[in-house]
Amino acid sequence: MNQFEYIRATEQAAAVKALVKDANTQFIAGGTNLIDLMKMGVAKPDKLVDITRLPLKDIKKTPTGIHIGALALNSQVAENSLILQHHPVLALALNSGATQQLRNMATVGGNMLQRTRCGYFFDVNMPCNKREPGSGCGAIGGINRMHAIFGASESCIAVHPSDMCVALAALDATVTVLGPKGERRMPFADFHRLPGDHPEHDNTLQKGELILGVDIPDARQTKNVAYLKVRDRTSYAFALVSVAAVLNIEGGIIKNAKLAMGGVAHKPWRLHAAEASLIGKQATIDNFKQAAQIAMQGAKTYKYNEFKVKLGHNTIVQALKTAASVA
Amino acid sequence: MEKELKKSVIGEPMDRVDGRLKVTGAATYSAEFNIPNLTYAVLVSGTIASGTITAIDTRAAERAPGVLTIITHLNAPQLAGYQASAIAANGKPNYRVFGGDKIFFNGQPVAMVVADTFERATYAASLVKATYQKDEHKTSLEDNLANAISPSRGKDYQRGAIDAYKTAPVQVEQTYMLPTEVHSPMELHNTTAMWDGDKVTVYTKSQGVKATQQSIMNTFKLTDDKVQVNSRFVGGAFGSALRTWPHEIATVMAAKKVGRPVKLLLTREQQFTMVGYRPKTIQKIGLGATADGQLVGITHESYSQSSVFEEFTEGSNNVSRFLYASPNVTTRYKIIPLNVGAPAPMRGPGEATGAYAIESALDELSYKLNIDPIALRLKNYAENDPERNLPYSSKYLKECYSIGAEKIGWSNRSQTPGAVKEGDWLVGYGIGCGVFGAHRGRATAKIRINADGNVNIQCATADIGPGTATSMVLIASDALGMPTDKITFELGNSAFPQAGQQGGSSTVSSVGSAVHDASLALKKKLMELSGKTESDLSPGNYTDIIKQQNLPYLEITQGSQGGDEGSKYSMYSFSAHFCKVHVHSVTGQVKVVKAVAVVDAGTIINHKTAGSQMIGGVVGGIGMALTEEALFDDRYGRYINGNFADYHVPVHADVPDIEAVFIDKPDPVLNPMGTKGIGEISIIGFAPAIANAVYNATGKRVREMPITPDKLI
Ligand SMILES: Cc1cc2nc3c(=O)[nH]c(=O)nc-3n(C[C@H](O)[C@H](O)[C@H](O)COP(=O)(O)OP(=O)(O)OC[C@H]3O[C@@H](n4cnc5c(N)ncnc54)[C@H](O)[C@@H]3O)c2cc1C
Ligand code: SF4
Repeated sequence: MNQFEYIRATEQAAAVKALVKDANTQFIAGGTNLIDLMKMGVAKPDKLVDITRLPLKDIKKTPTGIHIGALALNSQVAENSLILQHHPVLALALNSGATQQLRNMATVGGNMLQRTRCGYFFDVNMPCNKREPGSGCGAIGGINRMHAIFGASESCIAVHPSDMCVALAALDATVTVLGPKGERRMPFADFHRLPGDHPEHDNTLQKGELILGVDIPDARQTKNVAYLKVRDRTSYAFALVSVAAVLNIEGGIIKNAKLAMGGVAHKPWRLHAAEASLIGKQATIDNFKQAAQIAMQGAKTYKYNEFKVKLGHNTIVQALKTAASVA
Repeated sequence: MEKELKKSVIGEPMDRVDGRLKVTGAATYSAEFNIPNLTYAVLVSGTIASGTITAIDTRAAERAPGVLTIITHLNAPQLAGYQASAIAANGKPNYRVFGGDKIFFNGQPVAMVVADTFERATYAASLVKATYQKDEHKTSLEDNLANAISPSRGKDYQRGAIDAYKTAPVQVEQTYMLPTEVHSPMELHNTTAMWDGDKVTVYTKSQGVKATQQSIMNTFKLTDDKVQVNSRFVGGAFGSALRTWPHEIATVMAAKKVGRPVKLLLTREQQFTMVGYRPKTIQKIGLGATADGQLVGITHESYSQSSVFEEFTEGSNNVSRFLYASPNVTTRYKIIPLNVGAPAPMRGPGEATGAYAIESALDELSYKLNIDPIALRLKNYAENDPERNLPYSSKYLKECYSIGAEKIGWSNRSQTPGAVKEGDWLVGYGIGCGVFGAHRGRATAKIRINADGNVNIQCATADIGPGTATSMVLIASDALGMPTDKITFELGNSAFPQAGQQGGSSTVSSVGSAVHDASLALKKKLMELSGKTESDLSPGNYTDIIKQQNLPYLEITQGSQGGDEGSKYSMYSFSAHFCKVHVHSVTGQVKVVKAVAVVDAGTIINHKTAGSQMIGGVVGGIGMALTEEALFDDRYGRYINGNFADYHVPVHADVPDIEAVFIDKPDPVLNPMGTKGIGEISIIGFAPAIANAVYNATGKRVREMPITPDKLI
């Protein structure tokens, strides 16, 4: 770990300013991802701006939905009664991630900005375009069992590891950030990006921008939801694939469907075509299978992750079955 | 009336004597001694798998704050015990820490930084830059089978006709792969060394302080009075602390160089490369049987990885020679030298690996024959040891089968795979057997009774978790007829009387015998002093006798070892593991929903700690079958999951209710207590029980562990 300076921000604008001023400065929230990366020599900030004292921890009702402050802890969100009542799929997703100890430290903003778990990215003695642009991608010809099947590029096939973000993508959340030029808002779906030629950028955040929070619009239905995460051990493991399903079923007919996948792409992967295929249909296993098939179209696999196509398909079907309570 | 009956304490579920210390954090583990003037060492790991160090730039690190010294092969003190030659007697290159510029495996230490704080040492270590001339490396077992060699240990074996299974009407011929597994104890390996003149004191994670002391004596050419090794509490080891590793020698060397105490703590990543692992193996099994299930022949071939500088053999073939009564058995063993760190024994070394293969193959045979797997095992039950043609000293494996079958609900199992469902979950039942040699080594205990009636016993054994001190207190309590709270047992200090390492499930048998014999010798001495006979000596008299003799205490050092029983009997512990699994019919996720381990390990000294041992072993078996796999990228010869986030040991959510059942009948031969040993058989056979249950649930036979969801969809 490099030596670094550490300051505490007490005010949002000052935090942003501190980041803009020094080239190699980073925010630190729970530190559960950043400190690991610093220990491994992957992140080498000269200065850390601790933002945990900023007043961004609220989880509250707004006229259009629910606002979650960027510094709300993962465990606070997962246990919050508003969230459990209005968006239980978010609580399910959060509780399937990491461990209770980590969730007690991890923040919403930090979760969105956690870096990929690609083993090559974590090992500074291996090539990785994301860590060191131009050094090559270790995973493409290597052990790529955990890697992307959608939206990858020639330069990077990493996946975004978050569970929370999969649920937020399905819930049509928006993100509010504060930058040197003021606040801006963007749909959650536009927050993370695909790797393209610049895998070093995980998202569309600009230099110095601070995430203030996310807003989730009111949903009509909260009963027919599921978050299903398939992983190599029952807890404390990242997803092989995961699926967030939010259905609005009336009289056995699917009125609305929102589906997103984790573990398959560089960003939470929204399944718009599959959703469309379900609307107006009956909640039956055959219809779920058809949606899953549509969802998996265009998947591109590598040596060790071929299984994700079938597993992805099955996980979508199972998540829909669970959401719709269809046996 | 009942109270007057002398009731033995043996078997009582007694709390650990050091349990309170452990749960309150008061137990001082070897990395926790805050010695005055302490300095901190950090190892720099090499980053190539094979080649030569051409340069090491330590200039920036030397200028970093707090750095006291940086040791590399260029300036390492010469150690008297290191052979000067680069080639060892067996023709292999010598790997000595900082002994030369050759790199044999990725992660090999290339430098050690010593600084005044741990953080400063860590930072300075990151500034050390080694440059290499890379050679071609080999790390893949599969790709290098052509380079297999016959090891000098682990000879091939033949009984009856060669490969006789091929002549049988019903045959199974399959290949089973177990990946590299890493011991992964919670406590990291660590060593603290301090010199006082020509004497060195060492705190280290060790499964045997006497063995560590001997290694340091040999390497530094010191006599035993100059080397003191302590390892009182050990936070798990599973075999990884059965040898003195290069990092321990390096720490002793560094402490001498800086003239201050030095503490080294490996990182979790370094635990993957520097302190051994269970080597990856490929096992080919051939089984042949008559149509009614009588085994005609067993062939067991193993290929396992080893380093390029040592030969490490797993005893994986052993179990096939004697577990079942087959007239014909062929075993062959080959190792493949690779650019990997040295493997080390890991819980159930050899047998756990071998039982996985043979117990899986037997299960496959049971389906081919359409015979219940337990019935098939009974049909081929070995009443005597078919390898050595000797009777077993004791064997209650049949009882293990029937108790386990009853407890797991074997009658609910269907012989047709995939036939039982509970909701979306497929249900399967599986069995796997474990067997491990029961040993008794030489050990010596010093027992002292003070005038106040307190008894203290010392022996240089270890406790890596099984609760050794507690068992020893129970054995002494039984032999002396005294309450357990009057007895203390001390271990983990090389100044104490001799004991072997804590390995091979032999501690209770060996050290327990010494404690037993020392206790009896003490009683004998008390009789001599008092002129009392066995029948009129009672524990109430002990202190009176000492006081009458005007003694401050009475002390006896008593050695103990077995006789020639090993030439008359075959001695083994046995276990039958059962489990019920759920496999999700859509996502392929496996859940062990119930586990039952039935164990014939002779007399059980403490049902509580013995039960815990079994639970730990079963959890290890779950890891072996479902989660653990250390993965190499062979292009770089580096692990890509060498950390606790990505190398998956089982977590609580993977572990079901585990019921451990002990037959608890004394072995009449091995030692005076009638014990055999449980540490290893707790894991041996559990992984195949799961693999077999998964097959029973799904009809899918996974022959490459671990069984992850992708293999079942
Ligand atoms: C072993 C392990 C297992 C895990 N398993 C899972 C899992 O299964 N599923 C899952 O989803 N996650 C998992 N996680 C990841 C965990 O969720 C993240 O580490 C955590 O959410 C990060 O939050 P933090 O507050 O600690 O972020 P930090 O580590 O403090 O920060 C991460 C990054 O976000 C930036 N940042 C933080 N807050 C803001 C903000 N408000 N505005 C701008 N930038 C900000 C920091 O500068 C930094 O770059 C796991 C983590 C570990 C260590
Ligand atoms: S997949 Fe992306 S993160 Fe992984 S090695 Fe390739 S470039 Fe790096």
